[in-house]
Amino acid sequence: MAETVQMEDQVKYQTVAPAKSLSYASRVKRSYRQIKVESAFKVALVSMGIFMVVLVFGIFLTLVIGSSQSIKTFGISFLWGKKWDAVNDVYGAWPFLAGTLLTSFLALFISIPFSIAVAIFLGEYFPKGWFSELLKNTIELIAAVPSVIYGLWGFLVLVPFVRTIEIKLGIQQQQGWGIFTASLILAVMIIPYAASLGRSVIQMVPSALKEAAYSLGATRWEVIKNVVIPYTKSGLFAGILLSLGRALGETMAVTMLIGNSNDIPKSIFATGNTMASAIALFFGEANDIRRSSLIELGLVLFVITMIINMLGKRVIKRFTN
Amino acid sequence: MESTIVKSVDYNAYFGDNRVVKNVNIEIPRNTVIAVMGPSGCGKTTFLRGINRMHELIPNATAKGKILLNNEDVMEMHPIFVRLKIGMVFQRPNPFPNLSIYDNVIAGYKLNGIKLPKAEKDKIVEESLTKVALWKEVKDSLTKKGSFLSGGQQQRLCIARAVAMAPEVLLFDEPTSALDPISTSTVEELFHELKKNYTLIIVTHNMQQAARVSDRTAFFYMGELVEYDETKRMFTNPRDKRTQNYITGRFS
Repeated sequence: MAETVQMEDQVKYQTVAPAKSLSYASRVKRSYRQIKVESAFKVALVSMGIFMVVLVFGIFLTLVIGSSQSIKTFGISFLWGKKWDAVNDVYGAWPFLAGTLLTSFLALFISIPFSIAVAIFLGEYFPKGWFSELLKNTIELIAAVPSVIYGLWGFLVLVPFVRTIEIKLGIQQQQGWGIFTASLILAVMIIPYAASLGRSVIQMVPSALKEAAYSLGATRWEVIKNVVIPYTKSGLFAGILLSLGRALGETMAVTMLIGNSNDIPKSIFATGNTMASAIALFFGEANDIRRSSLIELGLVLFVITMIINMLGKRVIKRFTN
Repeated sequence: MESTIVKSVDYNAYFGDNRVVKNVNIEIPRNTVIAVMGPSGCGKTTFLRGINRMHELIPNATAKGKILLNNEDVMEMHPIFVRLKIGMVFQRPNPFPNLSIYDNVIAGYKLNGIKLPKAEKDKIVEESLTKVALWKEVKDSLTKKGSFLSGGQQQRLCIARAVAMAPEVLLFDEPTSALDPISTSTVEELFHELKKNYTLIIVTHNMQQAARVSDRTAFFYMGELVEYDETKRMFTNPRDKRTQNYITGRFS
């Protein structure tokens, strides 16, 4: 023990001593070199930052240029054009826009109870312990699993399950895939986003407020309902927005389960397509105006998700101030 | 004759395996002000939080022994009922920031889901705020948020919030340590008024405060109740060497 202490002392001594022994001239030279490294470092950082910004604007610009033909032909009515007709080259985004909004909001609706419950459980009710640790890691894992795996699992498990429901409900086409099936898998996939943000905002509730409520005879449920939720509601909302942003853009799992038809979905059990899945499916074989229309779909999706994300970020910022 | 309202019998409190309150036996008479003092980490706050079962809210915290409120063991009661009878005021003023002054006063009823007619709520708010000498200052701004008030006013609002639940005992955990001297003296004056209707147990770091406001003083050291006596007597003629050392400032 004593030996190691001594060695540590020696090491300290050695690191200090040579610096002291440097002459003034060499010290100036050294500093000069360090200033150069410093400015090079700064240039590297700034240029990488600029590159990232330019890249995102570049993506946006590419989408705008690529969709110019479609924008010129169909104008703004592209958004609510009801037909995606490859034979007559008439393209409207509404079937896919409707499919996207329907699957995303349905998924959101299904996932909210789970994500809020997980957030409260991990943030307030049982923040510690082996089960909480397991739950936290599992939820994080959900976000890490590739979406094609969810597509596969949905195909093997959810499709037969939904088919049984459809048969019981007496729905005409009982194929098992469609908007509802896609929403179910989406709901699972987006839980982590709202849950993890919700957990962190719930942990930020000052314990002084919770203690005040407990001292007035509140139960844990009453504290959660009357103190924790009102205090964190904007943060929880932001988490839900981030989940929505994720749901809107999800491609692979949805493409595998939604049934891929170009019609406007008539019910939640009908088949359809989202914007993302339409692009993934048709882009390879598309050219000219069809290709341009698909790019415009991408542009619409880009803008929607960007707005949702910016909104979410703003709410979070307001919450943390 | 004074009657005992709170009595602890061999009370022990633990954080995990660490015993922070050791075999405390104390009898607290009704309508008195009790000061609990002692150096940091002596277990005084833990003991206070044990009286209304707030101690157990901390993970791993446990307690043994009895705390009798009117001869009924609070350790056997449901904590919710204990806390309705024994109110608490904290070190830092903690009004609910999203509630108005009015709603802060009746927050206890709201939290417990008790619905009252408007007239009764108005009455409780006015009476509680009058008791803490805040009514005149805030009666025209009851709809404003509680966080608009000054620190001293906020603390009196928190006392009003506890008083509104009509408890028998009020616990104060260093209630003036976050306040300026003027607010401190306003709160201290309040104690004299409040003891007419309630029994006050006040944890304080400040010996002058203990001497000024309390009828009896309990001195805690290393988790033990070293001495418990009338305040005047303890400050003039302490029996225990440790009390004497503390009072004369030999350790703090």
